[in-house]
Amino acid sequence: MWRDALLVAGKDIRIELRSRVALWQVLPFAVLVLVLFGFALGPGPSALRTAAPGLYWLAVLFSTVLATQRSMAIESGEGTRDGLRLSGIDPAGVFLGKAAAVAVQLVAVQVLLGAGIVVLFDVHVETWWLALVASVLATVGLSAAGVLYGALSAGLRVRETLLPLLVLPIVAPVLIAGSRAWSAAVSGAVASGASWLKILGPFAAVYLAVGVALYGPLQETA
Amino acid sequence: MSGRARTVTRVTGAAALVTTALTVWLGLWVTPPAQIQGTLVRLLYLHPPVAWVALYCAFGLAALSSLLYLWRRTRSLFWDRLGASAVEVGVVFTALTLVTGSLWGRPTWGVWWTWTARLTSTALLLVLFLGYLALRRVPADPDVRARRCAVAALFAFVDVPIVTFSVDWWQTLHQRGTVLNPGLTLKVHGSMAWTLGLGFLAMTLVFVWMVLVRYRVEVLSDRIGDAQLEVSLSERWAEGPTVPAATGDAGPPGSDGDGSAGSPLPKPVAEPLGGRR
Repeated sequence: MWRDALLVAGKDIRIELRSRVALWQVLPFAVLVLVLFGFALGPGPSALRTAAPGLYWLAVLFSTVLATQRSMAIESGEGTRDGLRLSGIDPAGVFLGKAAAVAVQLVAVQVLLGAGIVVLFDVHVETWWLALVASVLATVGLSAAGVLYGALSAGLRVRETLLPLLVLPIVAPVLIAGSRAWSAAVSGAVASGASWLKILGPFAAVYLAVGVALYGPLQETA
Repeated sequence: MSGRARTVTRVTGAAALVTTALTVWLGLWVTPPAQIQGTLVRLLYLHPPVAWVALYCAFGLAALSSLLYLWRRTRSLFWDRLGASAVEVGVVFTALTLVTGSLWGRPTWGVWWTWTARLTSTALLLVLFLGYLALRRVPADPDVRARRCAVAALFAFVDVPIVTFSVDWWQTLHQRGTVLNPGLTLKVHGSMAWTLGLGFLAMTLVFVWMVLVRYRVEVLSDRIGDAQLEVSLSERWAEGPTVPAATGDAGPPGSDGDGSAGSPLPKPVAEPLGGRR
């Protein structure tokens, strides 16, 4: 399973590196969202600084939808999905691999967004490790949930409109917990921030487990 | 649907009607106004039962039937239809929960909506299962659609406790459970308790009745779909071998060896389509 996951993740990342879709579309989109938030909230630095953690996570959520759609679009070519299915690779491995590839892209998005809120919104993070741990846990959860729903809506004609409707409410806990944890990291309130990790951790664990268990049956459907 | 099932549906419907009417009568005329809330309390004979049906009966049933559908040994379209019916009724009841709660909240709390744990998680639940219904409307082969929807229902159901926990950590305005509180001690008394209990019974019966009817509609619409397919197939047959279009668009391409070799009759086409019921 782990070897299969590595293979699939390597394949997806290699495709991304060569096609540069993530680089030229997903990353600029994330920055664009930040700039648009700036326009929406006006130039006053205090409003932006308070809202920054929430805006950061909202931008990450939107990028997750894009990255997931892209991750499934890779498999939508002529017979690609059948090829993957017939190759004898463990479905759980496919799931973990695709989730890992999405996670790598999300890490890139978050590095850029993190720099973005520091530069554009003038945010000073007090407790770096808290923000980092929250981001890692959230990234795992987001990519797992995103890939699951991507597989669910793969091959449907309405997937572009359906996927956000399905994914965004599911990842709402990540938005809540991520924003609170980052607010705490910005203000240095470690104790209250750390308690939000208790939401992010289980979310990631649950969706990884559900994905490993249900990705097989899901592949039969598509 | 057999005659017995129809009788069960009718009896449930009648019982639901009687208990609902009784609840209305008791709630509006017999019970006294409450000490603090006054006559507003009458809305509370409806709101908790509706929420109970939405959050526990409907989505519990949906999750259970999705699980039973996905488990190979109990896989049958019965569970798919039951789950879909439960979700649909559940979405209606969730919306009603939000509406009745909002109507009560405006005079009591002074606002239509607050960002408290229960309200937020209920609203999220509504959106989650609206997504399920949207997924269900995407046309697909019945088995494919059933599996896809069962998986989606389980994904959503897994999310419910996490959503509840995450929003529960916000400061909350909503009162703690009155009946289902930790000690399971009733905090309502006399005729008010009776009316509330009756309300729960009435809403549960309405739920059961609606699911039964909805299930029947699901079966009938599937049957109509199949009948229409058969009609159009026989129409194509009647058109005869002179129409070349009849071979191409009905069956999966390449499903047999000689069909593509120029044989004008779409003979094997009816097999895979007719056998899916």
